[in-house]
Amino acid sequence: MGQKLLMKGNEVIAEAAIRAGCRHYFGYPITPQTEIMHYMAKKMPLVGGVFLQAESEVAAINMVYGAASTGKRVMTSSSSPGISLKQEGISYIAGAQLPAVIVNIMRGGPGLGGIQPSQSDYFQATKGGGHGDYRMVVLAPAGVQELYEMTVEAFNISDRYRIMTMILGDGVLGQMMEVVNFRDEEKIEKFDKSWAANGHENAREHNMITSIHLDPAVLEQWNVGFQNKYKLISQNEQRYELYNCEDAEIILVAYGSVSRICKGVIKEAAEQGITLGLVRPVTLFPFPVDAFEKVINTPKAFLTVEMSAGQMVEDVKLTVNGRKPVYFTGRMGGMIPTVNNIMTKVLEIKDNHR
Amino acid sequence: MAIVYKAPDALCDVPMHYCPGCTHGIAHRLVAEAIDELEIEGKTIGVSPVGCAYNNYLYFNCDMIQAAHGRAPAVATGVKRSLPENIVFTYQGDGDLAAIGTAEIVHAAARSENITVIFINNTIYGMTSGQMAPTTLLGQVTTTTPYGRDASYSGFPIRVSEMLATLEGPAYIERVSLHDIKNIKKAKAAVKKAFKVQIAGKGFSLVEILSTCPTNWGLNPVESLKRIEKEMIPHYPLGVFVGADLEV
Repeated sequence: MGQKLLMKGNEVIAEAAIRAGCRHYFGYPITPQTEIMHYMAKKMPLVGGVFLQAESEVAAINMVYGAASTGKRVMTSSSSPGISLKQEGISYIAGAQLPAVIVNIMRGGPGLGGIQPSQSDYFQATKGGGHGDYRMVVLAPAGVQELYEMTVEAFNISDRYRIMTMILGDGVLGQMMEVVNFRDEEKIEKFDKSWAANGHENAREHNMITSIHLDPAVLEQWNVGFQNKYKLISQNEQRYELYNCEDAEIILVAYGSVSRICKGVIKEAAEQGITLGLVRPVTLFPFPVDAFEKVINTPKAFLTVEMSAGQMVEDVKLTVNGRKPVYFTGRMGGMIPTVNNIMTKVLEIKDNHR
Repeated sequence: MAIVYKAPDALCDVPMHYCPGCTHGIAHRLVAEAIDELEIEGKTIGVSPVGCAYNNYLYFNCDMIQAAHGRAPAVATGVKRSLPENIVFTYQGDGDLAAIGTAEIVHAAARSENITVIFINNTIYGMTSGQMAPTTLLGQVTTTTPYGRDASYSGFPIRVSEMLATLEGPAYIERVSLHDIKNIKKAKAAVKKAFKVQIAGKGFSLVEILSTCPTNWGLNPVESLKRIEKEMIPHYPLGVFVGADLEV
């Protein structure tokens, strides 16, 4: 039967995590994601789980490191400046190959920036942020229903590959209310956790969770293993939506809440006799290169739209690799691109490619 | 024949990397003996620091987790909150615990996390070659205080045990020393008591162990032990700061 509720994005993330079997949450307050904490504070004690307000984002991510080391499903959440503070722990979690889920409800930066929505942490999420050659899976939901489904999925992906998965949303998604359809029961996959540091009970050798390997030849081999894992994830986990791409003159590329504005643009353009399509990356890492291969021959050009100075557009250019022109338009600092902003750019591109 | 002396089971049979005359080895042994005597190796999870003891996950036979610099109390919090029935300890030096990890240790103590902290105070950063630590004594020469620590420029040494004892959270805090047999025995009792406090669910326990660093002090092992007694103890008095009457 399921359950149909009107809920705020941030609360849905928290509810989804609990439904996915997460019983450990460590956080620190920061706008615009704090409702995740509030929800966890209220609900975790009712399900026998742990909600703990840490003394800092640094401490929170290290509590995640500790809980993940025991093999438990664990989550933290924050917003841009707080995610910067967590980068040390994120790098260690990557190095120690621990499964964990981290939520970034992005706000405008750099520095303390503002509290309005932004997508300017794309580089940080997909290219590193912390030190070392590591990646994490980055999921980009575009609505409250997807916040629910992808949060559940994030835990399964993390456990499947022993990797950190980030839910990369923005202030719009975190704060908006929409209807969400909850399933009666989640598909919680079972995974081997024999690597966990949970007390050997004198029944096995002692387990060691570490990210340090002072012998460079050994450390290189660990890195080779990481890269092989990331390659496997790239093969298996690319997700994307193709919308109205069949006869598109120009294909828009956008993720998250911007992709919804782009759907409005597509409708507006159709009324003016212009056919636009949309490639919506749902996984930002792995970047959905397959989506572009499917549509590469269709449009005259691609137009990437972001709430940033242009970050994902670099991956679009790498993927398109000179086969078609790639344009960019965006707003920064918490400003949201309007249908008019984007249409102006569309008309300019159309002019260039008569 | 009866065995009168053997290596503790909770220590792995591997060579340690510590310098000659360093008292880390003794501190490790005391922790391992406590784990053996309390028969808790199978359910103990240790957290290694950054510093000279960074890889003591190879030395302790229980499950071990290596933490980022100063973050061991936060990592241990995550472990203990996940596995409240298990025994969780951190092993941290003075750079790790009293400088970069100050926030984490203070708040773990304030929350009275039911963990045990083994805190090695040797008044210097060992691993990175002898820089000033928060615990470095006034006048002490280090690679970053080559003219001696000057309070007007580098501030004053921190007495961690006394500072944490001002909080309501901790159940047991004691400072001990490894400079002679009598004190090693007292240290052993303190370490064991700290674990017993945790087993009894009383809350946060910390044992500060005054320790040597012959290599970076530029002293031989015997002189180093004397330095603890003559120079460190006057500034870092031994004793129980919290939980003197606590029976466990």
